[in-house]
Amino acid sequence: MARLNVNGKAVEVDAEPDTPLLWVIREQLGLTGTKYGCGVAQCGACTVHIDGAPVRTCIRPLSSVKPEQKIVTIEGLSPNANHPVQAAWLELDVPQCGYCQSGQMMAAAALLKNTPKPTDAQIVSAMSNICRCGTYNRIKAAIKLAAKKSA
Amino acid sequence: MTLDISRRHFVVGAAAAGGLSLGFHAPLDAQAAAATNPEINAWVVIQPDETVVVRIGRVEMGQGTLTGLAQLVAEELEADWSKVTTEYPTPGQNVARGRVWGDFQTAGSRGIRGSQDYMRKGGAAARIMLTQAAADAWGVPAAECTVAKGVITHTPSKRTTTFGKVAVAAAKLTPPAPAGIALKDPKTWTIAGKSQKRLDNKPKMNGAQIYSMDVKRPGMLNASIRMCPVFSGKLKSFDAAKVMGMPGVKKVVQVDDRSVAVVADTWWRAQKAVLALPVEWDLGPNAALNSAQIAETFKAGLTADQAFVGNKQGDAKAALAGAAKTIEAVYSFPYQHHVTMEPMNATALWTADKCEVWTSTQNAEAALATTATAAGLPVAKCEVYRHHLGGGFGRRSSRHDFVEQAVKIAKQMPGVPIKLIWSREEDMTHGSYHPSTQCKLTGGLDAQGNLTALHMRISGASILADLNPQALQGGADAATFQGLNPGGEEGVFGYGVPNLLVEHAMRNPAVPVGFWRGVNNNQNAIYLECFMDELAHTAGVDPLEFRRRLLGSKPKHLAVLNAVADKGGWGKPAPAGRFRGLSQHMGYGSYVAACAEVSVSAEGEVTVHKITAATDCGNVVNPGQVAFQIEGSFAYGLSALLHGEVVIKDGRSQATNFHNYPVIRMGEMPEVESIIMPSGGFWGGVGEPTIFVAAPAVLNAIYAATGKRVRSVPLANVDLKKA
Repeated sequence: MARLNVNGKAVEVDAEPDTPLLWVIREQLGLTGTKYGCGVAQCGACTVHIDGAPVRTCIRPLSSVKPEQKIVTIEGLSPNANHPVQAAWLELDVPQCGYCQSGQMMAAAALLKNTPKPTDAQIVSAMSNICRCGTYNRIKAAIKLAAKKSA
Repeated sequence: MTLDISRRHFVVGAAAAGGLSLGFHAPLDAQAAAATNPEINAWVVIQPDETVVVRIGRVEMGQGTLTGLAQLVAEELEADWSKVTTEYPTPGQNVARGRVWGDFQTAGSRGIRGSQDYMRKGGAAARIMLTQAAADAWGVPAAECTVAKGVITHTPSKRTTTFGKVAVAAAKLTPPAPAGIALKDPKTWTIAGKSQKRLDNKPKMNGAQIYSMDVKRPGMLNASIRMCPVFSGKLKSFDAAKVMGMPGVKKVVQVDDRSVAVVADTWWRAQKAVLALPVEWDLGPNAALNSAQIAETFKAGLTADQAFVGNKQGDAKAALAGAAKTIEAVYSFPYQHHVTMEPMNATALWTADKCEVWTSTQNAEAALATTATAAGLPVAKCEVYRHHLGGGFGRRSSRHDFVEQAVKIAKQMPGVPIKLIWSREEDMTHGSYHPSTQCKLTGGLDAQGNLTALHMRISGASILADLNPQALQGGADAATFQGLNPGGEEGVFGYGVPNLLVEHAMRNPAVPVGFWRGVNNNQNAIYLECFMDELAHTAGVDPLEFRRRLLGSKPKHLAVLNAVADKGGWGKPAPAGRFRGLSQHMGYGSYVAACAEVSVSAEGEVTVHKITAATDCGNVVNPGQVAFQIEGSFAYGLSALLHGEVVIKDGRSQATNFHNYPVIRMGEMPEVESIIMPSGGFWGGVGEPTIFVAAPAVLNAIYAATGKRVRSVPLANVDLKKA
């Protein structure tokens, strides 16, 4: 049994040490807001925070995460989906199909934590997540809106 | 995504026979689990708390149709928009009720235009019945009552009541005949025609939205699959004993003649085991197939004697022979993958007398038919539960291989729900690929530079020949000519060319092909619009002016072109280093045009700075969502232009994941300015059409920037470095 801290709760999971954190989160913990898109850290749909940093969990083995490290998934980003990023995403109606958007919002929230007023170049650099519906311009606008509202 | 392919497969008993019957002729039994009040009609349920539930036959995959259709029903119903919610009836219910919700297929940009009439009438009929129920209760003529925002008012006495209060009585009334129902003039709309927020986005904010990938069923096991990597190859053997001892593994099953799956307690354990499973394949006759061979096959078709004719005016060949000047060019377009963000998946539960499936599908009726066949059960004993899609783009419209497999696995484990998820690698190598084609164009100009003759010979793969050969007409695939037709909603060739010949030499390599956002309009628009640019430059005429001269009899085509030229700054100086290109096209009932602004560095790196887009889709239900679709379709089309190519080698797709099948990311996304210019009087699609014009506008701008004419996609393969 491995011990983890997920969304502020200590949990025990039964999974092999090489199991990607993504599948531990989705299958052992039942938190399905974190998505499988590629399994090779290309698309970013599986992004969560570990100690505040954005991590692509589809290639992150369970054994590499320590029990005291704080894992936050989209379900734990805010109590009522009211994180400035979530609020901005809703206000600008960003998602189309929405499948990639948990990962997009987690990446955006991590960006804004360290860079409260990101430039366009900083946004592009931090937001390498893939969206096949093509919501990129809305995502950029929502990040700027969230930055403005958090100021 | 253009013809009704999957429905043709779906001929199940009497269900499809009667054509579309409007909801209000069906028995008024409440079908929806969520409903506590009886339905007013098939489209509308009003709850005691005034919640208005609108039933949606089409499916939401990001394109906004769910919200748009709800707006149209709410508009005619005179509902309070803030009280409107939606639900999906199942395909089993649709079959059982004589297809009361019409066509479930969500493809061909038909979500709104193909269902607006019967859904608006459904909303209007419910309003009439609710009003009548209120009038009956008051003992007054219904004509003395008005309705607004879910409140019915008897004008003379100023008495009021609400939908929720009269819903039960209304449900008992005889529905009005659909033919007599008058619909509102779109000019008077207050809910439709406005940029309402999407109804489906709130659960997407915190991971609460359940895609079929996220389905959980009691006692569920998970399956991962491996299919023969070579197209049409077969499974020869596998050694289950080697993986049965791996953690969580429950069973190794042969799924069909090409695939094997491992069933385990979790998907990750199933996936590890299926990758470790020793498998032998019978690679079959296509083991040596490659892209170069396919290109040669297509090339031969460009000059073959036999070809299907899609459009013919005058005598193009004779006119070309007599033209003052002729030019010729050959273009090509590769196979491409959809890469929906959510890989293919389905959950199935099979017992001897019932089979249930939970899946993301663009055509739940086709999925139901697939389920019944795979389950070996009658349709009446099967059901498919719909989920919003994590992307569709055509992949989930006509090829339900993932559903068939899930059911076939579940059938080998009766009573156990099985969730089958394709790994991204299986998804990428077993696509329903965008067809690859080539096109040879020959154009003839007279001494004054007027286009007198045009011959387009397309050669390449046919979607219908692969997915539904019964839909071929005398062997020809009508969908091949999208955007080049003499008439019809699929796409009208806009230019007035006195001598025109458009042909298709069908060549079908063993690569499975399917509908892909925009379908054949995508490459047809590149072929025609880039060649028009070539002709303009040859004639020494400005590309806008050259097109204008030929669009005199097509005012809608011309209007969108003029709009983007005007807004895009055509004819005015561009910012330093930037160059512009134009294109226009018509398809899926809508008229679209684009003006792209690009720069090309000395190293040959292309930057698409901005695209100005115009669309005339007749009536607009939600301008905000239309603008989103324009941006989204540009992202999809530019991704195809910049990167999209599935190379075939050793009989298989060389693309396996995003690292070797790159797609557009934020850094490559241009600014998009949308001009939505509905001219009224018709209903065109919006999910696809603007994709057509993105690539040709950019390619024409690249020519303006470099003098190099790019005639093959993707740009990643093209060297634009300054000599």
